[in-house]
Amino acid sequence: MNLNIDVDHEGNNKYVSLSGEIDAYTAPKLKETILPLTQDAEATVVVDLQQVTYMDSTGLGVFISALKSTKEYGGNLKLIQLQERVYRLFKITGLTEVIDIETDSTVRGGM
Amino acid sequence: MTETFDFVEVKVPAKPEYVGVVRLSISGIANRMGFSYDDIEDLKVSISEAITNGVKHAYNETGEGEITIGFGVYEDRLEVMVADHGGSFDLNKVKEDIGPYKEDDSIEELREGGFGLFLIDALMDKVEINNKYGVIVLMTKYLHENEVGLNGDQISTTQ
Repeated sequence: MNLNIDVDHEGNNKYVSLSGEIDAYTAPKLKETILPLTQDAEATVVVDLQQVTYMDSTGLGVFISALKSTKEYGGNLKLIQLQERVYRLFKITGLTEVIDIETDSTVRGGM
Repeated sequence: MTETFDFVEVKVPAKPEYVGVVRLSISGIANRMGFSYDDIEDLKVSISEAITNGVKHAYNETGEGEITIGFGVYEDRLEVMVADHGGSFDLNKVKEDIGPYKEDDSIEELREGGFGLFLIDALMDKVEINNKYGVIVLMTKYLHENEVGLNGDQISTTQ
């Protein structure tokens, strides 16, 4: 019941790889890590959620904050490789309309 | 005829680190009852949202107090009660704030914490919130295979 966060920088391209669970306990740490990355001008922040096995609205909140922040600094936020269950929450809440989520062939089955 | 059911109660400190513990409890109970993988995931999100609300609103994130979770295990459904006995929040205000993102909403107006109750509502079959003494969320999910033949007569077996 933890979340591991790995960050790779390559100039303005930031790659964040997550594994574990995003909930009320782990979301603050995720927010602390992601927000500074979005505050570099014109940064592209790619978040890989392939290994995220559980997420709830606390995770949605972090990605909404990150989205707002990238817009403010002229950057981009992209979520990739979401498991089906995690993608479903973005879909239900309508956030797929505003957040760049890579779905083609990347929405995975939950098991 | 009164309906029989098993009752399981869990009490945890109102701290974020215990949300995952309760998630494991509901996962175990729902699995025993025969819920599908997808339904179990719905239950895990719903109960986490209810407890996160309890931790955030009722206790102002001070980490004091307890949250009581009751599981009513019925033949055809699981009833989950999440209760905190701390201060209450303005339920009407919360209700106004919930809902999915709509195209004409601006990104600036997006509520970072506004999706919890909305998700519970979307993922459970029935949700009731009582705000009189602390906050009690009562939510129900039905076992799908039992939904069709509730009166039992319609269930046919081959022998």
